[in-house]
Amino acid sequence: MGAGLYSMEGKEFDKTLDLTKAKPYGDTMNDGKVQLSFTLPVPMGDEAIEAAKQLIIKMGFDNPLVVFYKELTPGYTFFNCYGSTKYTVDFTTIHVPKVESDVMNMHDCDVYIKENIGRKLVIVGASTGTDAHTVGIDAIMNMKGFAGHYGIERYEMIDAYNLGSQVLNEDLIAKGLELHADALLVSQTVTQKDVHIKNMVKMVELMEAENLRDKMIIVCGGPRISHELAKEIGFDAGFGMNSFANDVVSYIAQEFVKRNNK
Amino acid sequence: MDSRSEKNIKQLTYMQSKLGLDQNKIKHAKDLAKSISDDVQAFVDKRSTLTVERTLCRLMGIDGIDNNEVPLPNILVDDINNNGALSEGALFYIGNAMIQTGLSPQQIAEEISAGKLEITKLKIAPKAEIEKAIQPIIDYSIKRIRTRRQRREHYIDTMGEGPKPYLYVIVATGNIYEDVVQAEAAARQGADIIAVIRTTGQSLLDYVPYGPTTEGFGGTMATQENFRIMRQALDKVGEEVGKYVRLCNYCSGLCMPEIAIMGAFEGLDVMLNDALYGILFRDINMQRTMVDQYMSRIINGFAGVIINTGEDNYLTTADAIEAAHTVLASDFINEQLALGAGLPEEQQGLGHAFEMNPNQTNGFLMELAEAQMLREIFPKATLKYMPPTKFMTGNIFKGHIQDALFNMVGIWTHQGIQLLGMPTEAIHTPFMSDRYLSIENARYIFNNMKDIGDEFEFAKDGICRKRAAKVLNKAIELLEVMVKEGLFSSLEQGIFGDVKRPYTGGKGLAGVCIKGENYMNPFIKIMKGNK
Repeated sequence: MGAGLYSMEGKEFDKTLDLTKAKPYGDTMNDGKVQLSFTLPVPMGDEAIEAAKQLIIKMGFDNPLVVFYKELTPGYTFFNCYGSTKYTVDFTTIHVPKVESDVMNMHDCDVYIKENIGRKLVIVGASTGTDAHTVGIDAIMNMKGFAGHYGIERYEMIDAYNLGSQVLNEDLIAKGLELHADALLVSQTVTQKDVHIKNMVKMVELMEAENLRDKMIIVCGGPRISHELAKEIGFDAGFGMNSFANDVVSYIAQEFVKRNNK
Repeated sequence: MDSRSEKNIKQLTYMQSKLGLDQNKIKHAKDLAKSISDDVQAFVDKRSTLTVERTLCRLMGIDGIDNNEVPLPNILVDDINNNGALSEGALFYIGNAMIQTGLSPQQIAEEISAGKLEITKLKIAPKAEIEKAIQPIIDYSIKRIRTRRQRREHYIDTMGEGPKPYLYVIVATGNIYEDVVQAEAAARQGADIIAVIRTTGQSLLDYVPYGPTTEGFGGTMATQENFRIMRQALDKVGEEVGKYVRLCNYCSGLCMPEIAIMGAFEGLDVMLNDALYGILFRDINMQRTMVDQYMSRIINGFAGVIINTGEDNYLTTADAIEAAHTVLASDFINEQLALGAGLPEEQQGLGHAFEMNPNQTNGFLMELAEAQMLREIFPKATLKYMPPTKFMTGNIFKGHIQDALFNMVGIWTHQGIQLLGMPTEAIHTPFMSDRYLSIENARYIFNNMKDIGDEFEFAKDGICRKRAAKVLNKAIELLEVMVKEGLFSSLEQGIFGDVKRPYTGGKGLAGVCIKGENYMNPFIKIMKGNK
């Protein structure tokens, strides 16, 4: 391939780890190695390979290496590439907002609610807007749960209502009021063109307009959702991939106690 | 299909099961499913729905929209319904209006739209005259569908098609013109079926949007014009690559038969068309869905369309090992309902999926056993095999291997349609390069392991045989309960798929009516079970 299979470049850089200047690690500290794959809308040929290399350099990589290319259809060429990035990050000053509650298991959640709240919490969840996917809300709410974590329906101290998919924000809020919900869960799986963000912003606006925003804890979840994003939109918390029912319940229970002790 | 696998499947029909399945049990299960289906059919025969009537409008040549983008079939049928006359059906009133006004069905719809005609208030001609008035248009529409079907058959006879399992990939950009670029690329890479994913939420619209569309979320609007644009593109790229490339869309939701007829007019080849999916997963009313699925399957059968059923969806929420029998039971029911609508076995893409947790010890063997079991139980069906989705984690490298295992089972057990998994499942709708990698993966395995299914047998008392027998037994137990309860009551009690749906709940019930004295739908007789 273009640049030869083995890179013989010297390794004349400082090989000690410095977390104020962290770099990707391939097989040597600070080598900065990154794998890239992308498609350029150009026909295959030497010019295409050169274009890929130039692009990689512009992205801040040294030693651009095109290891594989293939024209997917006339005028579109796919590349697998490597490069060594020039950039570093200061790991020591990074701050990521996180859900600030202790994570308990199902049993401890139930005990915590019994001892600190003394009644069942009511949680109403739905996949809202046009989103037809129930995978997320089901994984969190269904009795069976997901990956060995039982769903919210199984919690003794929670009354759980799963409204399913394609539920309008208005309907979720109305059902929440009707059932005297302590918390609403919103699941968003489809994120194309940021449809999930628009939908969730609308939900917060609706609740604010109805003066309900501080009456219920509102939580969202989905594969492309982070706590930071959720807070930005105006939710109380957000749960991304690898979150389970007990993460959500731990948060809601502790947040409820915090609010009601004020 | 190449001759060797064709021969194998034929042999399987007559041969003793490789898995040692008890043929009497299979027959018993099919009898149970037939009894469930017959029960439903008696209910369906007495009823029609808004979308069935709109389908008949479309068969009368009515198309287009008004200034507010409301489709004319909706305007006409809503007008009849608002005058409390839905039970007499659209054809009766259209035929009568043709006699009384001398206008064509399209002109009649336009007059109603302009508020110049009240179709239910006209003098009524004798029924025989009405039948006579609509006959030429019936003939025309039937010919139109038949010509489309023959066009496909001619292509396949002259250009050929890919071997089974067909490589099925999706495009989902939201913009039909961008979809075309993606589809052409996929066809050049070897895809046999291109499915244009529908935009999120279309299933709940009680109308079919009109014209070419360029905006959608997670998919592209199913419209007749979009069908036409994509079919034309696939014909062109098919000629370039020297094989017929099939087009797939979605006959589900609140407009099942309408989308079927649009597909029949435009040469769609494959349609998602499940009898229960809308009820269980979209909360569409069960009475509505049962009536709609019947008409849609009659059309799909006549048009030579392969239907795909959606059993894989059960396993996205339920556990693939515990709930495997619900997939099989649903396949039994879907088969009988399809046969009841005259849809031949070869056009039945009964669904199942490779959805077990990858950490499961011997999970591959259980997947293999179940896929082989379905192959043997439905020997003629064009089985549709769905890839792993639930345990795709974002680790694209592992995902590519999960898809490879799935592809091995597909070639081993002679599946009909292999819906290719994408390494980027759960991340984004496929990039052009994702599709390339998936097709490359499948072609490598399908070629490299081509005849593996003929070389290996299943050990007596081994894991695979035991697994298949257990799933079949559990499916029979489930079907027995359903026979006692009936399908509707079973759905109400959540016996199926763990989802409870009330008989009068869900969306679309208001659009169901009992057929009246003057009701006519001659298309059922013409199309059902025919070519």
